[in-house]
Amino acid sequence: MPATVDFKQTRVGLDLKHPSPLIGCRFDPSGRFLFVSAQDSTIQRYDLLTGRKTPLVGHQSWVRGIAFSPATAEPLPVHPGPPVVGLGALAAATARAKPFALISGDYHGKLVWWDGAAEVPSPVRTVEAHDGWCRAVATSPDGKTVASCGNDHLVKLWNAADGKPERVLAGHDSHVYNLAFHPAGGRIVSCDLKGVVKDWDLNTGKVVRELDAKVLHKYDTGFRADIGGARGMAFAADGSALAVTGITNVSNAFAGVGNPLVVLFDWKDGKPKQLKPKEAYQGTGWGVAIHPAGFTVAAGGAGNGRIWFWTGEENVHTVNTPANCHDMCLHPTGTALAVAGHTGAATVYTMLPAKK
Amino acid sequence: MDHCEYACGTADHALNRRSFLGAAATGVAGVLGGFTSAANARELAKAGKRVFTIFLSGGVSQLESWDPKPGTDTGGPFRAIPTSVPGIHVSELLPHTAKQMHRMALVRGVNTHEDEHSRGAVIMLTGRRIEPGFEYPHLGAVCAKLLGTGKEELPGHIQIHPGGGGGFNKQDAAFLGPRYASVTVGDGKPPADLYRPAGLTADADRQREALRQKLNARFAQSRRTAMTEAYAESYDQAAKVIARGDVFDITKEDPKLADKYGRHDLGRHLLLARRLLEQGVTFVNVQHTNYDTHHENFDFHIEQLGEFDQPFATFLEDLADRGMLDSTLVVVMSEFGRTPHINHLYGRDHWSKAWSVALAGCGLKPGAVVGKTNANGTAVTDREVNAGHLFHTYLRAVGQDPTKSWHPNDRPVPIADPKASAIGELLA
Repeated sequence: MPATVDFKQTRVGLDLKHPSPLIGCRFDPSGRFLFVSAQDSTIQRYDLLTGRKTPLVGHQSWVRGIAFSPATAEPLPVHPGPPVVGLGALAAATARAKPFALISGDYHGKLVWWDGAAEVPSPVRTVEAHDGWCRAVATSPDGKTVASCGNDHLVKLWNAADGKPERVLAGHDSHVYNLAFHPAGGRIVSCDLKGVVKDWDLNTGKVVRELDAKVLHKYDTGFRADIGGARGMAFAADGSALAVTGITNVSNAFAGVGNPLVVLFDWKDGKPKQLKPKEAYQGTGWGVAIHPAGFTVAAGGAGNGRIWFWTGEENVHTVNTPANCHDMCLHPTGTALAVAGHTGAATVYTMLPAKK
Repeated sequence: MDHCEYACGTADHALNRRSFLGAAATGVAGVLGGFTSAANARELAKAGKRVFTIFLSGGVSQLESWDPKPGTDTGGPFRAIPTSVPGIHVSELLPHTAKQMHRMALVRGVNTHEDEHSRGAVIMLTGRRIEPGFEYPHLGAVCAKLLGTGKEELPGHIQIHPGGGGGFNKQDAAFLGPRYASVTVGDGKPPADLYRPAGLTADADRQREALRQKLNARFAQSRRTAMTEAYAESYDQAAKVIARGDVFDITKEDPKLADKYGRHDLGRHLLLARRLLEQGVTFVNVQHTNYDTHHENFDFHIEQLGEFDQPFATFLEDLADRGMLDSTLVVVMSEFGRTPHINHLYGRDHWSKAWSVALAGCGLKPGAVVGKTNANGTAVTDREVNAGHLFHTYLRAVGQDPTKSWHPNDRPVPIADPKASAIGELLA
């Protein structure tokens, strides 16, 4: 974690365009690639060293879950923003990337394994994982287990190496929107439409406890429909906290009238704090991360987008984005983040101080 | 479904509609329960036609229902699935309804040119563009007038709405008069506030009613107006509903069938609708809300069509099993469809230019698909129709001539828009 990160200087480093609206985004563990998923059912790989854009074609529906095995890698000396080392700057010296698997989950309930570093990745394996949408995918810290969740109310565990099923975690009574492995291993959390966060023991497959993020759910009696769920979910790298983001205070579910919110849980005692934007802003939080430096960052939006930064419970900085951010991810170096915009723009923001 | 569970089918238990209604009118308690539902249905099937509509309020997405476009820029994340009719596909959100497609017909080229909710609804319910200063009767009132015998105990025009609260909607009959206006039964329950209070004896109630009628008659002699007629009709309608409260009691239905419809609001409402149609109500509309998904269209259509699919498929199957589908027109409509374009909130907005209506029963050609939209659903490319064409088709299907006229105030008013005509490809 560079000591030089200054989130108050967050600014656009790279603006990568795709013709279809984006849904999700993730940096690979080395930080060399940015993968984004789009409404054209493709995943696009942007090589931040060479500038090359490569489509991953194989899904027949939208992808929101993207994860990698191994889950971690030694970050390349890549910083995708000023001072720019990306987009062709190192093309001549670029070596072939180390192999890694990308596992993606789509709204037809399928998981697809890809060789993420291949010249042109193609599906290595496809698994019929869920009845209905697969909404999120994660890999365990040791990279050996893949977890997925979906509209069948289930969390499923898979062998990352061969895609074989390992365990089904049943207990949610609504769509499971998101999940995350605890960095120390042994536990996984999942959050459903109604804001019920289940903390599962991976050894026993039992629920250890439930955390309450129900503030992120509402049954809209006017429209007679539920709105909620964890649109983004992430642990702090040291495992001390869990962040969940979505929409709260919904007054009109069908127009999206509500406020973005991050629920930040102390992992030890399970107590939640609510991190709110300082401004009166209507929209949904779609992505969240807890930076190694200790601040919390989330992105989301409505007509346009926002990136919010909190220290403690105070929203100390906000960046306006031109498009609604449908996802956000943190670069493994901690120096940048990326958002997936509904306009098709994958925008990488640098948090390094500007050179004087 | 086994008919014998409901009827022995012998001649001894045969009952025609007139005698059934006559018996009920004489207040012979228990007559209703003495005859089986299937027997009633068979008699009703001989006696006349009925119309059922389910109004998917807010505007259901045609792309998530009857006209899916997977793999296009507008298609969204869902699959198209095959149906019981080879070559016809619908959204994967309708797996149960897909199995009933051999009983259904689709109109995929609807263009109603109106993207505002209330005006869109009026256009769909009257089959006409809105004319300032003149109101046309809604489909339910037209059906109650044309298909009713005039001697029904139950109202001929019933709306089943979600949520509580009932009422009498005199405006939807327009010049046909309050007799054909709809009675709303909120959450499938008759207006509870009209039941005789526990502290009021039957004798006292009769005396009170006699006094009311006397005063009413005296008032009407000198000051009779459309308004007083409407009040009197609404009171009479409500009283009839209360008198036949058992018709609304779906606990009298087979629990297994109730399970299949679903033990939730829409399941209960559709089962009640079938029960009302079976008991001779001419027109029943069930409202299912809400589909106005400007935000997160796909999540909400999973939820709403997830509620709709199995109960509706069960309803069709139930009508068919009871021999009622041949004499009951079923229409699935909204005020409009939704935009092919997916907005920045994963929503779809209002779209009347190219959307779909589903129909079944009453001799409509099963498995027919009329009309076509382009590859990504933004425009009708073949056999464009509007609400007027649909209105003509509904009435033709139930054996009526929509080119005839009403004569309010001695002025001829065509029953259906004379600029349109029935969709002949749907009519057997």
